[in-house]
Amino acid sequence: MAKITLSKLRHSYYPNPKTLDDYALKEIDLDWTDGGAYALLGPSGCGKSTLLNIISGLLVPSEGRILFDGQDVTELPPDKRNIAQVFQFPVIYDTMTVYDNLAFPLRNRGRDEATVRERVTAIAEMLELSDLLDRKAAHLSPDNKQKISMGRGLVRQDVNVVMFDEPLTVIDPHLKWKLRSKLKELHQRVRATMIYVTHDQTEALTFADQVVVMQEGEVVQIGTPVELFDRPAHTFVGHFIGSPGMNILPAEVSDGVARFAGQAIPLEGPITAAPGARTEIGIRPEFVSLGQFGLPATVTKVSDVGRHTVVECEVAGSRVNAIVSGPGPKKGAIVQLEFRRDQTRLYADGWLASEAAEGAA
Amino acid sequence: MKTENQKAWFFVLPVLLLVAFNALIPMMTVVNYSVQETFGDNVFFWQGLDWFEQILRSDRFHAALGRQFLFTFLILIIEVPLGIAIALSMPRKGIWVPVCLVLMALPMLIPWNVVGAMWNIFTLPDIGLLGYFLNHVMGIDYDMTQDPLAAWITIVTMDVWHWTSLVVLLSYAGLVSIPDAYYQAAKIDGASNWAVFRFIQLPKMKTVLTIAILLRFMDSFNIYTEPFVMTGGGPGNSTTLLSIDLVKIALGQFDLGPAAAMSLIYFAITLLVSWLFYTLMTKDDLN
Repeated sequence: MAKITLSKLRHSYYPNPKTLDDYALKEIDLDWTDGGAYALLGPSGCGKSTLLNIISGLLVPSEGRILFDGQDVTELPPDKRNIAQVFQFPVIYDTMTVYDNLAFPLRNRGRDEATVRERVTAIAEMLELSDLLDRKAAHLSPDNKQKISMGRGLVRQDVNVVMFDEPLTVIDPHLKWKLRSKLKELHQRVRATMIYVTHDQTEALTFADQVVVMQEGEVVQIGTPVELFDRPAHTFVGHFIGSPGMNILPAEVSDGVARFAGQAIPLEGPITAAPGARTEIGIRPEFVSLGQFGLPATVTKVSDVGRHTVVECEVAGSRVNAIVSGPGPKKGAIVQLEFRRDQTRLYADGWLASEAAEGAA
Repeated sequence: MKTENQKAWFFVLPVLLLVAFNALIPMMTVVNYSVQETFGDNVFFWQGLDWFEQILRSDRFHAALGRQFLFTFLILIIEVPLGIAIALSMPRKGIWVPVCLVLMALPMLIPWNVVGAMWNIFTLPDIGLLGYFLNHVMGIDYDMTQDPLAAWITIVTMDVWHWTSLVVLLSYAGLVSIPDAYYQAAKIDGASNWAVFRFIQLPKMKTVLTIAILLRFMDSFNIYTEPFVMTGGGPGNSTTLLSIDLVKIALGQFDLGPAAAMSLIYFAITLLVSWLFYTLMTKDDLN
């Protein structure tokens, strides 16, 4: 286990990158503490797999350095870094039994058979694979195969970090939930640093203590699931996390007041936006309510999702979602939207540009 | 509820007819010949299994069969590992892929008798590129029309040149179907190159290799054209493989009965070995 430091990391798949757009990763500085559970969250193509492969050593970054406990490992190949990785599709050695699969990383490193047996038995027990140890791995179900892949990652006790690259993609929905909680439980038991890459916010938020949200090769926010939900540092985070995501509304700012659709919208606190920036108001649907006063809006769609109702409205050409409990209004109805003030934020050029008022949470 | 629709038979009928006319009926003619004696004029005398007994007891058949097995054994033992090795060293991505594939496919595109003629000329001691080089530059006494060993080396080399590509292409198809994650996982697991071959590449190539070996077995076991053009079975009988011997009996001596019996035995051996091999190789996949 180790602390992982990424220092001024940049990567391009082109030999001679010229513009910033040529970089799959644009300047990343990160510190990951020992034993933490991290998630790398972002849409497909945001560079999260690239970052993962750089940490595991499958890719050498164009610029920057990677340190494990202060030691430079940038040029080291994967097997010298002492890391483990679980891939999107289960990788198993077809001709071997489950036991031999789990023993493979240990035997390759010349551990004696007594140690191998002890470790494999322990890991198999943790992953509920004990009954399958003598079976050929080839004919198992995808979730058992993926458990074997995970087991091979966890079987070595001295790994610096275990990485998961969207490991639940091929798993059936009802088993996904099971494996996800298994993984969380494993982290609590083995206390290894774990990095979990996914584009699924539920997976990221349930697994990780800290979520790193990435977009177009950049880290936009690092925080606990609650922080990401409550105070998205970027409109992208607001929109990407949550279902539906944050409402982002075009706003005009003058004299310290933000206006949307001609109306002044009270914000959580003072505005810090530089003049001339493109400004937007952000508010989560959870904090929009239908009341007597507020923005007049037309209901365009009402979806009952079980726990609550999502009301989609239109205000001056912008879409605003509101989450209400109980049955919502009819489609076409005129409603008044109220924004909860301490949850209404301002964003300038995408980044958070309002401060929480004194005393507010 | 299972509904039965007998109309399906109707659609299979054309294929059945085709197979009947190009395989079953000619085959039955051979069976007919194998149990009778004829002196022409469509007059037949019942012979029972005499021809079969005669063939199975004949030293000539034993010798040809032995040569045939030796030839096939040499072909497989050289072409399969060589084919795998070439496939492993071929690039998986980039502009060289099509170049390699075309180069590999070239020998297979040449008609068999042309291959025979090419190698015949190639190895002529006086004017052939290889023959001249060996005899007059290297000083090695090489003439496949005189020396049985030279004849064997030549036909085996010819077949390796002609057909290793098949093993290469099939193995290559198996190799490129392995996702990158397997190699990456193996790297992280600390696997050696040998372990990667043994536990990832070979198992993933197994199905296509089974097909490749089966095809190479059947084809080399039934080989006729190239050795016929190159050595005609000589010098002496040293390269008289089963098919060459069969043609000698059938068309050279016009012993249709023994030739027919021999054809059936020949066919049975090919079928039996292929079936055994395939069953053994796919045994694991069934359970």
